[in-house]
Amino acid sequence: MSSKSIVSITDYSKDQILNILDSASTFEAKPNQTILNGKIAATLFFEPSTRTRLSFETAVNRLGGRVIGFSDASTSSSVKGETLNDTIKMVSNYADIIIMRHHLEGAARYASEVSSVPIINAGDGSNQHPSQTMLDLYSIRKTQGKLDGIKIAMVGDLKYGRTVHSLLIALSNFSPSFYFIAPDELRMPEEYKLFCKSKGITYKELTEFDTNVINEVDILYMTRVQKERFTDIMEYEKVKNVYTLRNAMLDHSKENLRVLHPLPRVNEIDMDVDFNPKAYYFKQAQNGLYVRQAMICNALGLI
Amino acid sequence: MTMNENNEKELQVTALKNGTVIDHIPSEYLFKVVFLLQLERVNNQITIGNNLNSKLMGSKGIIKVSDRYFSEEELSRIALIAPSAKINIIKDFEVIEKKVLSLPDSFSGIVKCPNPKCITNNEPMKNRFEVISKNPIVLKCPYCEKEIQQENIQLL
Repeated sequence: MSSKSIVSITDYSKDQILNILDSASTFEAKPNQTILNGKIAATLFFEPSTRTRLSFETAVNRLGGRVIGFSDASTSSSVKGETLNDTIKMVSNYADIIIMRHHLEGAARYASEVSSVPIINAGDGSNQHPSQTMLDLYSIRKTQGKLDGIKIAMVGDLKYGRTVHSLLIALSNFSPSFYFIAPDELRMPEEYKLFCKSKGITYKELTEFDTNVINEVDILYMTRVQKERFTDIMEYEKVKNVYTLRNAMLDHSKENLRVLHPLPRVNEIDMDVDFNPKAYYFKQAQNGLYVRQAMICNALGLI
Repeated sequence: MTMNENNEKELQVTALKNGTVIDHIPSEYLFKVVFLLQLERVNNQITIGNNLNSKLMGSKGIIKVSDRYFSEEELSRIALIAPSAKINIIKDFEVIEKKVLSLPDSFSGIVKCPNPKCITNNEPMKNRFEVISKNPIVLKCPYCEKEIQQENIQLL
């Protein structure tokens, strides 16, 4: 297998997604290996993200590789006005692979065009974050035993939440049914609903978040409703607690139901849910490590 | 035939020995087409007519350029804003070729990605667009992955 960049989940076919998930399971079975011995990964975080960076760096370290990079653009030359092109060209002289996060959308695609080594996109603005999508898929497959025909409710900010958009596109390969649960101001954008229609995928749109839906679904995918997304603060005050999951709401849910959340969580999942065996969000984050190990090795052409 | 129709017919068929006639341009885009073809920089004889009566479109614009033939790349720019325009190639007062405009599957430049947070608007680089629908025109920026509807297309 040759080396290649991983920029967007939309570049991946169903088979390529399944391949990465399969290798992630082998890393889960054996997370400490020497496959990256002698390799250097650069983590270029032009925009800070501690969680994602630590997960990628742990993935490299557990496979015997070494890490260089920066975790804040203020310590890099971009504050001196260096172009992304120049930073990437320079770093690709040093490292075997570049893992980058950038606040501008399309930055990773552009970097992959100017770099001589593979790029892994660890988030480009509100555009793509493929390792998050892969770990969501991995968590769904692991908890449900399959990806096909899953009933999934997406709850919260469906307008700006890039994780739900990418997950929707990736799941479209696996005949899902969706429930989109959001306040009016944060509804699923039209283009994604049209996309579902074009693929023959059924969805229901609701503003009420209650046990009627929770008891129907296999996966409850919660997201954060952020105050800054609202033009009218009164609207936010009205809805901020409407999309909160409480433990009692899970009483009559399906046995196989699992609650996912991309984290960080604020108040959309009550702390008492954490002790429910159906809460899966911390394990979901841990799965990110294995998925990232698989993605790094895939990008380097090692698996 | 009334006097007016006679005059219009005359205007459309006369006076170009060799060159290109771009006809059936929607009136509101006439000057954008002039701009896109950078006609303000050429020294050839140019006749521009606008708000002419058209049975087909109500009102139209027309541009005639003497001794000048445009490349496919130049013509594809016009397709972005005036896909209904017709190109007539004239030699010795005869129309020797009629061209229908068509958009390429992808192109660089000409338009700007409307997303201010797109890398193409923040880095000194060449942008690029994929044409995902030709009628109505829908473009996609392969960098920020946003789709651009016809009414949101901004020329560079």
